[in-house]
Amino acid sequence: MARAVSNSVKARNTAIAWIIAILIFFPILWTILTSFKTEGTAIADPPVFLFFDWTLENYATVQDRSDYFGHFMNSVIISVGSTVIGLAIAIPAAWAMAFVPGRQTKNVLMWMLSTKMLPPVGVLVPIYLIFRDWGLLDTRIGLVIVLTLINLPIIVWMLYTYFREIPTDILEAARMDGATLRSEVVHVLLPMAVPGIASTLLLNIILAWNEAFWTLNLVAANAAPLTAFIASYSSPEGLFYAKLSAASTMAIAPILIMGWFSQKQLVRGLTFGAVK
Amino acid sequence: MTSTRALMGSAAGLALAAGLATTASAAEITIATVNNGDMIRMQELSPQWEEETGNTIEWVVLEENTLRQRVTQDIATGGGQFDVLTIGNYEVPIWAAQDWLAPLDDLPEDYNADDLLPSIRQALSTDDTLYALPFYGESAMVMYRTDLAEEAGVEIPDSPTWAEIRTAAEAMTDQDAGIYGICLRGKPGWGENMAFLTAMANSYGARWFDMEWQAQFDSEEWQAALTDYLELMTQYGPPGAAANGFNENLSLFQQGKCGIWIDATVAASFVTDPEDSQVADSVAFAQFPNREGVDNHGNWLWSWNLAIPSSSNEMEAATDFITWATSQDYTRMVAEQEGWRAAPPGTRTSLYENAEYQEAAPFAEMTLESMNAVDTDSPSVQETPYTGAQFVAIPEFQGIGTAVGQQFSAALAGQADAEQALQQAQSLTQREIDRAGYGSN
Amino acid sequence: MATQHSRAAARFMIAPSVVLLLAWMLIPLGMTIWFSLLRYNLLMPGENPFVGFENYSYFLSDPAFQTAVINTLLLVGGVLLITVCGGIGLAVLLDQPMWGTGIVRIMVISPFFVMPTVSALVWKNMFMNPVNGLFAYVADVLGLPAYDFLTAAPLASIIGIVSWQWLPFATLILLTAMQSLDSEQLEAAEMDGASSWSRFYYIKLPHLARAITVVILIQTIFLLSIFAEIYVTTAGGPGNASINLTYLVFQESLQRYDVGTASAGGVVAIILANIVAIFLMRMIGKNLDA
Repeated sequence: MARAVSNSVKARNTAIAWIIAILIFFPILWTILTSFKTEGTAIADPPVFLFFDWTLENYATVQDRSDYFGHFMNSVIISVGSTVIGLAIAIPAAWAMAFVPGRQTKNVLMWMLSTKMLPPVGVLVPIYLIFRDWGLLDTRIGLVIVLTLINLPIIVWMLYTYFREIPTDILEAARMDGATLRSEVVHVLLPMAVPGIASTLLLNIILAWNEAFWTLNLVAANAAPLTAFIASYSSPEGLFYAKLSAASTMAIAPILIMGWFSQKQLVRGLTFGAVK
Repeated sequence: MTSTRALMGSAAGLALAAGLATTASAAEITIATVNNGDMIRMQELSPQWEEETGNTIEWVVLEENTLRQRVTQDIATGGGQFDVLTIGNYEVPIWAAQDWLAPLDDLPEDYNADDLLPSIRQALSTDDTLYALPFYGESAMVMYRTDLAEEAGVEIPDSPTWAEIRTAAEAMTDQDAGIYGICLRGKPGWGENMAFLTAMANSYGARWFDMEWQAQFDSEEWQAALTDYLELMTQYGPPGAAANGFNENLSLFQQGKCGIWIDATVAASFVTDPEDSQVADSVAFAQFPNREGVDNHGNWLWSWNLAIPSSSNEMEAATDFITWATSQDYTRMVAEQEGWRAAPPGTRTSLYENAEYQEAAPFAEMTLESMNAVDTDSPSVQETPYTGAQFVAIPEFQGIGTAVGQQFSAALAGQADAEQALQQAQSLTQREIDRAGYGSN
Repeated sequence: MATQHSRAAARFMIAPSVVLLLAWMLIPLGMTIWFSLLRYNLLMPGENPFVGFENYSYFLSDPAFQTAVINTLLLVGGVLLITVCGGIGLAVLLDQPMWGTGIVRIMVISPFFVMPTVSALVWKNMFMNPVNGLFAYVADVLGLPAYDFLTAAPLASIIGIVSWQWLPFATLILLTAMQSLDSEQLEAAEMDGASSWSRFYYIKLPHLARAITVVILIQTIFLLSIFAEIYVTTAGGPGNASINLTYLVFQESLQRYDVGTASAGGVVAIILANIVAIFLMRMIGKNLDA
């Protein structure tokens, strides 16, 4: 940053930003804290913030009652699987659209995005019937297929906007050197496209991880991911804030941690062509 | 020390032997159930069954509404994802009529089906064949705080009228101390506020439909019931009551925030549980109220039951499981582990004849009395074209009940008055029922 | 510029995506349109007679329909307004020099990683609950009566919850755009004595136009079919106060099990979504070509 800023201005900025950030983050923090309270402490009046007897009993109860690891693995397989397959299908398409744009390219892209506007509930019964007939109910492969398809438009769009920013003169230069299409892609484009692909990958894992309609309606036990896991804590009898918090923390922790660590990669490509 | 070891060793050996003996027929069954306390206990105890039989269980535990949607969708489309379903006595006869459920006609001798409470057995049978086995059953009754009643100088008789309930609620209310005289369901849903309001309307002499299938929300009885409900709740109820269902009220009552709570009898064992309830030793019970001169105490009958879809491939293991989970032995097992008070109530006569249970469960007598008072053939004192209880036993009721529940919940939230809510209810009910073709023949 | 050869290759590369999406769209959509013309209720199996447009007239004459359309627009519009304005504000703020940018940014983007179901459950129970919620406690401390958010202002509360989830997304995109702004231009303006407001209004804001369109486009796609948040918090109520189109269709299909009417509703929702889409595409098209 070239501009010199006085420390007092910087301090003011810092204070405002921290206050706002903490407010935004507070619900998550509160959930995590509550997960370590007993049910009684969780609804204590006045609420206790940090000074209570920390306990792991809620985690034990939740783990006892539902197979967290099984659900977790399903979430991983489904979100990563659908994203990887989606990328495999979308990268060629986005590449072609970005570097060999035709008259219809923009329309095709817009049409792809519009398929995402199909309200899922409207097509649930048809999909359920198809899944039943093909034996895909309660299978991971079934969910991978559905999530690949619903996120494909976003993947294509993100990659397209990113690829478009890759300067074409580099391509021209490569062509001059007599590079084939293949080596053009492998040696020139892919290295430049990696940040875009990485952030597309991350964003789609997040979206697939959090998808809560199809993952709840097309599975029973075998393929149930964490969204189904949380559904069994949503409104039980008696006091449940602490157990709900523990289950919530367990459901969001993996993706939250992944998000924190890959924040930079995620942000870099997350422009959707908004930056020129 | 050694003896324990030996014991454990032989137990393991036995289990192993049992496992080996049944490996050939070992099955994996998928059970869909609701996340209520009793079912979670069943889940915790089920490894015992798995060990005895060598079968394994995949659990699908969901919140009630989600469970109902998943299970209905699956059975109606023949998805075949589940081997054992947890369903209510509302669904059982309707689904049995569609041949969606396997008839349970060859139950093992020692199951002792004659021990089932008559009203429950009747509700789960079609042509004298059981289509589901009851896991626990409930009616509804009044639960109230004796300490608060005493303090306020009011007394609630064993069989109170609504007027007496109102007086008591008024006297117990102390909003500054966070004590609300009465807690009732307000959360919209046919199994939530409409279960309560239908029962309340029954006890006012109201009915959903007359013999020509005309909706009856314009009747004086419904008007009186809804008006009284709204007045009770707005004056003496907790804030946010329009979002409170069974679970929310249970938690309020356990925290000592309610004077009176009128709800399912099954709640009694939770509010008297000293571990979860701060008011465990000051709760008393009374029969569901009625309007003066109306001989009806709500007619509330609900049971959660285990049934087997006719599409199941593991019929034998599934049958074995549901007979195990609803047997007298299972009850005994729960009693040994958690005490008699926690035994799943409302399904078997023998439980209520058990001296230990009577001793441990002060609510036993009132529960049995309430359940026996139910007549599902005539839910109202007026003639009805339908059977039912706190619901109308037609497939369309889920949709209609929930839509009407939304209107009444809105009234409780202060977004409409009783008059408007009833008018809305009347027109939407008639619209649905006409479309479904009732009364046109 | 592109050769015949590369054009053919391009088509070949786009084909899998197009074919898959076409199948994904046409098969269920075709079935949905077909079902919408039948009397088809899951709870009453038997033959499903053809009834023409009866389901449509039933769905469109539902008293909740109009409310649902208005609510859908309010929900989308409200969330967009909050997230775009809030996002601009946050982007401007986070663009300033400060201590601990990394941690601040992590905290700000965290809500985006939270499952909609979880966030709805947490907000509903631990914050908005009028008896045990944290807001009720705060109100109590301030000597105010507890405000019953989900009953008294259901739609606004849901807009709040959804905005919380999407604010990070808007902030991130806007911040990235902001940081791509040429700092020399800003410095020049500063030298010329432009106030910080006019620097924002005349330089930063126009620069963000494209990013704002992108935020609107992507979020609208997700916001049109908001479901979990409503299902968990208000179930569309009280009355129909917080019902949206998706939820109305859900009621038909999974509460009444009326596949015919639900399919008709689905088709109506698709048509309406596409009307919104056309508007959006126009807007985006203009802004993105530049």
